[in-house]
Amino acid sequence: MPSLSALGLPDILAGVVVIALTAYVLLGGADFGGGVWDLLARGPRQERQRGLISHAIAPVWEANHVWLILVIVLLFTCFPAAFSRLTITLHIPLSLLLVGIVLRGSAFIFRSYAPDDSTGQRRWGRVFATASLLTPILLGVSLGAIATGKVEPPTGKGFVTDFVAPWATPFTASVGLFTLTLFAFIAAVYLTVEAKESDLKEDFRLRALVAGALVFVAALVTLVLAWRESPLVWRGLTASAYAGPVHLLTGIAAIAAFWGLWSRRYRVARVATAAQVIGILWGWALAQYPYLVPPELTINDAAAPAITLRLTSIALAVGAVVLLPSLAYLFRVFKSQ
Amino acid sequence: MSDLLAARSQMAMSLAFHIIFAVVGIGMPVLMVVAERRWLRSRDPLDLELARRWSRGTAILFAVGAVSGTVLSFELGLLWPRFMLLAGPLIGLPFSLEGFAFFTEAIFLGVYLYGWNRISPGAHLLAGILVAVSGAVSGIFVVIANAWMNTPTGFELVNGEITSIDPIKAMMNPAAFQQTLHMTLAAYAATGFAVAGIHAALLLREPMNAFHRRALAIALMVGAPAAILQPLSGDISARNVARYQPAKLAAMEALFETRRAAPLLIGGWPDVENRRVRFGLEIPAGLSLLAFHDPEAEVKGLDQVAREDWPNVPVVHLAFQIMVGLGSVLALVGLWSGWTLFRRREIASHPWLLRAIALSAPMGFIAIEAGWTVTEVGRQPWVISGVLRTSEAVTPMPGLVYTFLGFTLLYLFLGVVVVWMLYSQIIRSPREQGWHRIYTPTPRPAVPGKP
Repeated sequence: MPSLSALGLPDILAGVVVIALTAYVLLGGADFGGGVWDLLARGPRQERQRGLISHAIAPVWEANHVWLILVIVLLFTCFPAAFSRLTITLHIPLSLLLVGIVLRGSAFIFRSYAPDDSTGQRRWGRVFATASLLTPILLGVSLGAIATGKVEPPTGKGFVTDFVAPWATPFTASVGLFTLTLFAFIAAVYLTVEAKESDLKEDFRLRALVAGALVFVAALVTLVLAWRESPLVWRGLTASAYAGPVHLLTGIAAIAAFWGLWSRRYRVARVATAAQVIGILWGWALAQYPYLVPPELTINDAAAPAITLRLTSIALAVGAVVLLPSLAYLFRVFKSQ
Repeated sequence: MSDLLAARSQMAMSLAFHIIFAVVGIGMPVLMVVAERRWLRSRDPLDLELARRWSRGTAILFAVGAVSGTVLSFELGLLWPRFMLLAGPLIGLPFSLEGFAFFTEAIFLGVYLYGWNRISPGAHLLAGILVAVSGAVSGIFVVIANAWMNTPTGFELVNGEITSIDPIKAMMNPAAFQQTLHMTLAAYAATGFAVAGIHAALLLREPMNAFHRRALAIALMVGAPAAILQPLSGDISARNVARYQPAKLAAMEALFETRRAAPLLIGGWPDVENRRVRFGLEIPAGLSLLAFHDPEAEVKGLDQVAREDWPNVPVVHLAFQIMVGLGSVLALVGLWSGWTLFRRREIASHPWLLRAIALSAPMGFIAIEAGWTVTEVGRQPWVISGVLRTSEAVTPMPGLVYTFLGFTLLYLFLGVVVVWMLYSQIIRSPREQGWHRIYTPTPRPAVPGKP
């Protein structure tokens, strides 16, 4: 665990990157998860399920998406060496991720503005839902590749070695599936709160419980594969001083989320789910510390000159003064019942 | 196709696609806010219908603009990792500020589109104004970053390495002001004339349609002043380019030899091999006059630039001619509209003016694409002018032709869908019978439902 007094500006900005990524998973991830439940909508209430999902996503998804842009901009401004390395080695999964992002966003808006009950509307709904399923997997694969410590400068030993092997492993695939189940779980939990009628609440309660169980399974598989494929993260997750407390908190949050769902205390479940997600992301971030792109690129190695970091911190502070009240207003208008 | 050419093509295609949506994202919210402001005062349902239709247009175009903008932010690294390695710390600051402006835009667009019934009319209008303002601000920050690539400042170059960086100085680079001014005016002119042109075309078929008359008036109110001011901004740009980017100016004017009292070239085809221009019309001392406001001034030609550092002269020259030509047409149509309005108090009954406005609908966008071609192709072979060559910045990833083709097909498909959506959602005449002729509004206080 980094000691707080020894944290420099690069560490703090790397922390801001993880905060922005956490916000993206908690907010944007839920929008992707909503798309997954749109795809899996079944039974007599499927159209009402789809309506609820669309109603929940529509006013906020564009704002939620900007967290990802913030992650990217902060990476190339403050840690250009990391950005450059990631975009070279992960060219293929990141390009596919972009296709997913483009199709998800455009199809959602096309569906919203297509005439009601038209074939067009149904087709765009299918595109939106399918893209919502594939995009989180690609995001997980890319993040998983960072954790394995195989994102290194190209060696010139061939296309597959340099541009495919680093991200096409069982571990990255399991992180992809873990991300997908996690996003679906977050969305289902939020929807239990946002549904107004009790039958819809029950639908998403059941879905949340199933997705929660799948998150658990995917997490176990990922952990086992991490032991084989990602020694750095495995050490960080199991052996370091903070590992115990972080896992304990994540575990308590996960149990609280299940309990909240089981006993229909949906607001408790929502808070606990958010805490669980925060625990997972920060557990990973701390396990990797001080490496930004393992095995050898640390936060300090990748950092931009101090003046850039100072100016970016000021920009972030000023930006937060504009952003946070605006976001609070957005969520108050659309998410308070 | 070499990987470098594929990367350049993919970047050019992505930018050419995104710029249309970015421009509409700046211009359209202004139209929507003006219509809503009118509705709040007049309670005329026609104004409300316009505000709602333009907000639908903004919603569709903003969404596609947001995702294609995301693609670009990744492509900066996916295609040009070495460029971002050097430039990130210098131009990250305007991109960070742009991030917050974009955040504000996305937040208040959500509030605007879905908040009709949830917030007070004043708060709703304010949300629309914030969308319009933050859209313009975010465009300005992105263009500042591009201006730095043209006139890089705020660092020292020691043995090819960038040191002693100063991101504030980088933001204050010499091209920043002229480029942001030119681009912002272009956004309003292009959007205003595109919308005005569509409604002018529909008015030719249905001259009494009150809906299209109102739409035309509001769109021209935004587009015409910007188009009339644009030549002045172009003059500022030309003088700035002459001073700070002489190679680009020489390519724009196909000026092969440095000379005093340089002529202004109209049309013509640059014969690069023989360093001369075929079939051009030359206006004596015109270029010296425009570039330096002095008919005797010396203008640097391409002979001052090493041959391997020349941009593609025919492309830059042609694109420049297209931009200036179309921009001039828009300014003239803008003046004609203003004059007609001043003399006759209305525009919609003048078929020749309507035809001219209808013809100018695509011109702003073509001029913008041509203008970006001048800026970007005119900077080649450099990605950071004089510092880093485009060929040194490209990713080592092979097979880029496939990602280029993939994204091109994706964008072609999206483009077709967007055009169809816009036609069916906002252009087609409303069915309201009373609006198909000159009508007297009956004020209606009703609050609209879901957009």
